[in-house]
Amino acid sequence: MASKFLLVAQREYLTRVRKKAFIVLTLAVPLLIAAFGAFMFQIAKSDDSTDVVEVRDESGLNIASRLVSTPQLTFVPAAGALAEAKKGFQKAKHDGLLYLPAGLDVEKPDNVQFYGKGNISLKKQLAVESALNKAFSDLKMQKSGLSQDQLDRLRSKVSLKTISLDDTGKEADSNALATSGTAYVLALAIYLFIFIYGVQIMRGVGEEKSSRIMEVMLSSVKPFDLMMGKIVGIAAVGLTQFLMWGLLSFGASSVLLPLLASAGKDKPKTEVAATTNTNATPMDQQSGEASSAGEKFDQNVSQQANPANAAGRFNVFATLGNLPIGTILFGFIIYFLGGYLLYGALFGAVGAAVDDQTDTQQFMFPITMPLILSYIVGLSVILRNPDGPVAFWMSMIPFTSPIAMVIRLPFGVPMWQLALSIFLLILGFIGTVWVAARIYRVGVLMYGKKVTYKELGKWMFYKG
Amino acid sequence: MKPILEAIDVRKAYAAHVALSGVSLSIPEGSIFGLLGPNGAGKTSLIRIITQITAADEGEIRFRGERLNPSHIAQIGYLPEERGLYKKMKVGEQLLYLAQLRGLTRSDATQRIKQWLNRFEIKEWANKNVEDLSKGMQQKVQFIATVMHQPSLIILDEPFSGFDPINANLIKDEILELRKQGATIIFSTHRMESVEELCDSIALINRSRKVLDGPVGLIRDQFKTNTYAVEGKGKLIVVHPDFEVVEQTERENGHFYARVQLHAGVRPNDLLRYLINNVEVDSFRELIPSINEIFIRRVRETMPETLVEETV
Repeated sequence: MASKFLLVAQREYLTRVRKKAFIVLTLAVPLLIAAFGAFMFQIAKSDDSTDVVEVRDESGLNIASRLVSTPQLTFVPAAGALAEAKKGFQKAKHDGLLYLPAGLDVEKPDNVQFYGKGNISLKKQLAVESALNKAFSDLKMQKSGLSQDQLDRLRSKVSLKTISLDDTGKEADSNALATSGTAYVLALAIYLFIFIYGVQIMRGVGEEKSSRIMEVMLSSVKPFDLMMGKIVGIAAVGLTQFLMWGLLSFGASSVLLPLLASAGKDKPKTEVAATTNTNATPMDQQSGEASSAGEKFDQNVSQQANPANAAGRFNVFATLGNLPIGTILFGFIIYFLGGYLLYGALFGAVGAAVDDQTDTQQFMFPITMPLILSYIVGLSVILRNPDGPVAFWMSMIPFTSPIAMVIRLPFGVPMWQLALSIFLLILGFIGTVWVAARIYRVGVLMYGKKVTYKELGKWMFYKG
Repeated sequence: MKPILEAIDVRKAYAAHVALSGVSLSIPEGSIFGLLGPNGAGKTSLIRIITQITAADEGEIRFRGERLNPSHIAQIGYLPEERGLYKKMKVGEQLLYLAQLRGLTRSDATQRIKQWLNRFEIKEWANKNVEDLSKGMQQKVQFIATVMHQPSLIILDEPFSGFDPINANLIKDEILELRKQGATIIFSTHRMESVEELCDSIALINRSRKVLDGPVGLIRDQFKTNTYAVEGKGKLIVVHPDFEVVEQTERENGHFYARVQLHAGVRPNDLLRYLINNVEVDSFRELIPSINEIFIRRVRETMPETLVEETV
């Protein structure tokens, strides 16, 4: 009997994997993913790029030296008077020109002007405004008697470092983004897998029924072997496809991304470096106390540009490393397979119960409902409160636990809950397969009958 | 002859109706057996029990004296009424798959597929998808799939429905050939006339019950009415101490056709002697009841209440 089950699974696998559609899809999706990744990379890069704004300060208040550059916004002194500078910044491919006219009122600086190419984005405007506000408040505070040193100490850059405590009181870097991201990806993978390949099971059974091969098959294979062979065969197809997608996406990305990176990355960097080096001289001429302030200006540019950013990225990876990888992987495999088998059996039963693919709707709904529900609730409620009552109950019920539990896994789940949930999933899986096998056994030989729920209920109790 | 298959008081009920109520049969090895009866009589239910697709509620099936079990699957070939093939599979692969499920090894199966495809002259179709085949071609493939593993019992449910006349004859010849090689064949059909000249033994089933079974010759003898058809020139008298003219129709030029039933103990030669003396005989033959007629008569005798709607 076991060999027949294998024969069935083998056929299901081979006929699907050899289809043109499978090969095309397997090759096309990674390309799409890589292309999408490249697209996102481009967007992120353009977002990352530094706006360079030239400053022409005629106010005599030495505002220019107080403008603090950030990774997104760099201030450089403009060359020459306003008319010259207006042409100059465009020629230098800089993003804007800030003009502080003479006779600027410190208390009411309302005639500062900003020249940009084309329309000026709100983001750019806000960034420049915020830098100006800071410069003016510095100026005012200094005027009221604070030294530059005191000012520096007053200003502190706060960046939250979040730390999660586990039951034993051990500390680990936690980063909500990395944890939620992991949860999201795992849930999506299970959700998609169950849906795509569950529907394939249903179609496959429907095909056997409508092509009238079923009775021939049943005279040599037990219905249970036929059903499970199909479910397992299609699972193998799905795993092959996911694996190929993963490998090919990784391959395509590792070829595409460095290419893109080397093509575009160098330019803005060198420009910043060049301008920061050259800007000392003109700035010095602006005022008497400029020499020390000018150096400060330079340091601000070079110091603040990179480390914060790098540290942020480092944190995400550090957190990924701190996640309970072993548990996540183990749990993911269990829930991935358990969820698929549970739903796969039900999809198979639906395929067996109806004659016509168009009749599947009424039976599809109660199957897809818990799946969609656990996905939606999972990504909203559970992700926000992974230890709440909703999260707990949904990760216990076998119909919702495959998605609900994998969302909780990265946040850490008590061992007893995980064990109980897996136990219930296995029970649920055995139960649904039992029910599905009975519906399947009767349904596959039932033709020309509009099946109702009541009818399905009766099928459970048919003998032999 | 030793029976290859015996059914002993087999009962099967579904939620809404009773499919078989105590059917017993014995199918002699090496024979062609007709399982006959109207649609819904229970034929397919019985076959599905024999092929182990379902199980009987009560009663027993014995295969060569052994209680039916999964090891017998490899010895049975089944062509269901609802027959089909995987449309997107190649003919050769499909046959290989079905043969392996029936317990053949890969190499044995490959070799036999080649033989059968050659025999039916469809060798060049082995690498075509089933959906590209004509219906007649598919029927040949289905038949090959049924007999490829050399089963000792071949069950054909409504074998000639959907077959074109050429294929039907081809299949008939193959069946006779298979019997010659020792196989037992069960024909199940509601079209009794289509198999009666092929069958050695039959069982008639009506409304979940067996109404009659046995060798065709014996059954015919049993239901013979001693009626003869006579064609000739002249005129027969209607009443005679030895026989009764049941029906007489006049034809042109003084010819007639008559059905004559002999009274008990009268031999056909007595009638012939009378005919020769009185009319000019064109033809004289015994009227043998068809299985269909026997079925109706038998049902009328045993379960008249069912006859109204069951008339075939």
